[in-house]
Amino acid sequence: MTTALRIAFLPLTDAAVLAVAREKGFAEEEGLALDLVRTVSWATLRDRLIFGQVQAAHMLAPLAVAVTLGLSQQAAPLSAPYKLNVNGNMLVMASEFAQALDPDVIARLDDPLGTAHDFAAAIGLWKRKPVIGVVHRFSSHAIMLRYWLASAGVDPDRDVMLRVVPPSLTVEAMRAGEIDGFIAGEPWGSAAVDAGLAEAVAVGERIWRRGVEKVLAFRTPWLEENPDSVDRLIRALVRAAAWCDDAANHEALSHLLSNPRYVDQPADVILRALSGRIVARGDMAPLHMPDFMLFSREATPFPWRSQALWIYSQLVRWKMVEHNAENAARAGSVFRPDIFRRALAESDVPLPGASMKLEGAVGSPLAVGSKRGELTLGPDRFFDGRVFDPERIEDFLASF
Amino acid sequence: MRIVIIDDSGLRATVLEEGLREAGYDDIHIVPPRGGFVARLERMAPDVVLMDLGSPSRDTLEEMLSVSRALARPIAMFVDQSDESMIGAAIDAGVSAYVVDGLRKERVKPVLELAVRRFNAFAKIQSELDEARTQLSDRKIIDRAKSILMSQRGLNEPDAYALLRSSAMNQGKKIVDVAQALITASDLLGGGL
Repeated sequence: MTTALRIAFLPLTDAAVLAVAREKGFAEEEGLALDLVRTVSWATLRDRLIFGQVQAAHMLAPLAVAVTLGLSQQAAPLSAPYKLNVNGNMLVMASEFAQALDPDVIARLDDPLGTAHDFAAAIGLWKRKPVIGVVHRFSSHAIMLRYWLASAGVDPDRDVMLRVVPPSLTVEAMRAGEIDGFIAGEPWGSAAVDAGLAEAVAVGERIWRRGVEKVLAFRTPWLEENPDSVDRLIRALVRAAAWCDDAANHEALSHLLSNPRYVDQPADVILRALSGRIVARGDMAPLHMPDFMLFSREATPFPWRSQALWIYSQLVRWKMVEHNAENAARAGSVFRPDIFRRALAESDVPLPGASMKLEGAVGSPLAVGSKRGELTLGPDRFFDGRVFDPERIEDFLASF
Repeated sequence: MRIVIIDDSGLRATVLEEGLREAGYDDIHIVPPRGGFVARLERMAPDVVLMDLGSPSRDTLEEMLSVSRALARPIAMFVDQSDESMIGAAIDAGVSAYVVDGLRKERVKPVLELAVRRFNAFAKIQSELDEARTQLSDRKIIDRAKSILMSQRGLNEPDAYALLRSSAMNQGKKIVDVAQALITASDLLGGGL
């Protein structure tokens, strides 16, 4: 018997795993018929999920935490048992602004700390308070941008103007001069570079080597009441994700996503994030960044609770929520490693033995304890060398 | 009650505005979600904001609502939790509503219900237009297929059409699909038409 599931997504490259689960038969093999609902704002995606128009959604990880904590327009307990990807963001700025930074773009991207300080100096030289587009207050991009700016003493609420611009309107907003740059998920940074409007200033993967990005979010009561459908969906996504990570499939995947039903952008622009060949400035050859966007390897989909808590720590840091034990517990419980393990209990997928880890502590690939098979975690350092201990949130917050 | 409609589609906004005026609301403003629309909205101090659920700019609006210091009273999304069918109808129709703090539910509901009806009416007009457009382009495809048959097989026009129609019936397909397949095949074979 086939179960129909409706899942809302935004037209972004990192919706790839959902598209592939549907188009390449992985969902069908699990007895699922996926109806993917293209949605153009995070607010509407949130409403469709909360009010039951869809059963699941491709959601910004911080938004899932924020909705659960009641920080968004509508509050509802959400659960994320699966991470759809890590990394995949790029901060691009108008070339006129970027002139004040290191002109050697490769050196600029390789040294986020130095570039953050150059950026701080460039703010004072710019004709106005720089206006930087972010796709949402509770986006991974906005949180990463804040983290990066603050490392150089920039107060993101005072020294720059963060303006919310939906991803699909970023390029237009650059062209109209409404924003001086933006940080967004692919393919939008590449699209702005291609249009000759901007160049890369920082890459998400260099700020946090394994930055949490989109999750698969459910309403918690629905997740609890439909364990069979949830498990089958997770199994289908795990196999779709492995397909997405396979370099042999990147070309085909870029064509699939370029379809108007998905991202509706040129396949060659979409391909850059998938293959990790990033054009940082219109006149440059692509730079090779193999970790630019990951779907599968190193247990990418595993929802570490410590990552939900890291997001929470940043919401507290920027005074979006008050820190107390109850809020921390609610935020941490959004990520559901227990469900991930249950869904894959009978499979041969290596599963981490722990549900929390230190974030930012792995410098080079590390073999870790796993229920079966070999599991290697990739480097997950923050560019400033900080380590987040989820058991000691107060100490971490005090360090800023 | 001051109502602001944020909408890209001039026609839909007009359809909605007319309906609201007929219902006796007279303080209505239409703002397209472009450029500095958020600043304009702040100056207008609306009681109710109606917005197309399909507009990407909803995130920009919600950001303004959560940080604006200019708005004297906070505005939040209107959802009547006691009325599930209302929520469903609004989402299906593609309407979202934001109302100022303190505005009574009974005063907002008729506005939202009217917006839902008007959005649905507009969607119906839109789909009829789309259908008319599709029919027009279908006819062009069939005409081209007919002319290929006429020149390649020496048929007259009624016979060419009859052949298309009978092939479609035999294959259980639409005439336009058979016609399209014929055109593609003819192009591939260098039919030159």
